[in-house]
Amino acid sequence: MDGGAAFVDAFFKPALIARYAPEIVSGVGQTILIASTIVLTGLVLGVTLALIRSLRLPIATVMIVIFADVLRAVPPLVFVLLVYFGLPNVGVTLSAFAVLWLVLSLVLAAFVEEIVWAGITSVAKGQWDAARSTGLNFATTLRDVILPQALRLSIPPLTSRTIAITKNTALGSVIGVPEILNQATSAVSFSGNATPLMMGAIAYVVLFLPVVIFGRWVETRFAWRRA
Amino acid sequence: MTTDQPILEVRGLQKQYGRHVALAGIDLKIAAGELVFVIGPSGSGKSTLLRCLNRLEEPDHGQILFEGQDMSGKKNDLNLLRQRVGMVFQAFNLYPHLTALGNVTLAVRKVLRKSREAADAIGLAALRQVGLVEKAGSYPNELSGGQQQRVGIARALALEPKVVLFDEPTSALDPELVRSVLEVMRDLKRAGMTMVVVSHEMKFAREAADRVIFMAEGAIVEQGPPEEIFSHAREPRTRAFLSQVGA
Ligand SMILES: Nc1ncnc2c1ncn2[C@@H]1O[C@H](COP(=O)(O)OP(=O)(O)OP(=O)(O)O)[C@@H](O)[C@H]1O
Ligand SMILES: [Mg+2]
Repeated sequence: MDGGAAFVDAFFKPALIARYAPEIVSGVGQTILIASTIVLTGLVLGVTLALIRSLRLPIATVMIVIFADVLRAVPPLVFVLLVYFGLPNVGVTLSAFAVLWLVLSLVLAAFVEEIVWAGITSVAKGQWDAARSTGLNFATTLRDVILPQALRLSIPPLTSRTIAITKNTALGSVIGVPEILNQATSAVSFSGNATPLMMGAIAYVVLFLPVVIFGRWVETRFAWRRA
Repeated sequence: MTTDQPILEVRGLQKQYGRHVALAGIDLKIAAGELVFVIGPSGSGKSTLLRCLNRLEEPDHGQILFEGQDMSGKKNDLNLLRQRVGMVFQAFNLYPHLTALGNVTLAVRKVLRKSREAADAIGLAALRQVGLVEKAGSYPNELSGGQQQRVGIARALALEPKVVLFDEPTSALDPELVRSVLEVMRDLKRAGMTMVVVSHEMKFAREAADRVIFMAEGAIVEQGPPEEIFSHAREPRTRAFLSQVGA
């Protein structure tokens, strides 16, 4: 067997591709489902926290800062394991899917809060002056004047952070969420061949490459607005 | 008619930043239709006074009366005062994400609660007043400084304020753009608008102001008609300031 054939046999074995395609496809479905629920929850929660922080209530601010710093400091895998194996001991049992969703949503929310808050504080003070001087109240000023500018500033970091966190859905394989990596690794252990993992890698490329390209487009599209 | 009642009055206005006294007890009455011109060295409290007049800054002591009504209490409707007393800023402070018309109509829709159509009609009228109706769809970064400041004025006018405060409206402008803004202010004066103007445009003060106030160290040092202040100032500090700025 020459090198090329051995390579194909190790990574692209046709019989295994056919055998495990359905598993990988169902993994892709799981990954899409969990990633999109994480993105939705994380963005909504993170923006909400940034808005609450803008009220500058001391206690709320301290709690938000602690939340954001802790979740950003610890590797997400640690939280995934902690929640999955720890919560049952206090009588709370969550499915693996729910644990992954909860942890990654909170981690994403922590980053989103910091990014959006940085955006809010970087909007010029004169914008508040102008809005308040025309009689707009705090909430309307925030919603119609400050937030649109803050979000525009935040879009590039939000995009890259969102992509980074959603790739962490692969951590689901550790606790048995049947997402792409989990499907691929269990197929590898059954077949003793790396082909299913290669299929998983390709599935990630197919899934995330468009998102990465979209992210780059967004970054160039909004970057000039910083001026 | 309540012709003797000032449209805007402050009594004993004081403001401190830490230990620094920005306003050391200001008493001022502004008559309807009057153009009051405020001059003074940097740091004398001119901006602070203006910002207190529509309570962008909260004074420590003193009263603000609008048409005789005390507006200084905590429970007073701040946004009502601000709607009556408009403000124009040195740095324009236009909303960069909105068109000229969007800038002008935002408060009309959200504060006066007009429909979009009604607000657009009001906004276009305000832009016409400052000669920029054809720029309604332009974003601030597509406008010259003078045009941006006129949009800023239109934004204040769209709420039909009784008083407009101008804080160095032309200081950020190239000399050739100053004229268009002063022209708009002159028109406003002619139309009977009450205005309080902080500015270094002494020539404009001479021809348009009813009264010139000289401030120093948070207090009103001297005030009077422009020709009196500019040609026969009594206070040495006023004279020193005027010769320094070459007026
Ligand atoms: N937000 C603030 N915090 C601390 N000090 C302030 C603040 N705003 C103003 N001051 C101080 O109050 C004083 C009066 O400031 P103000 O801006 O009213 O002066 P001004 O007459 O408008 O000066 P300029 O001609 O430079 O605009 C200054 O000494 C200034 O440093
Ligand atoms: Mg000033």
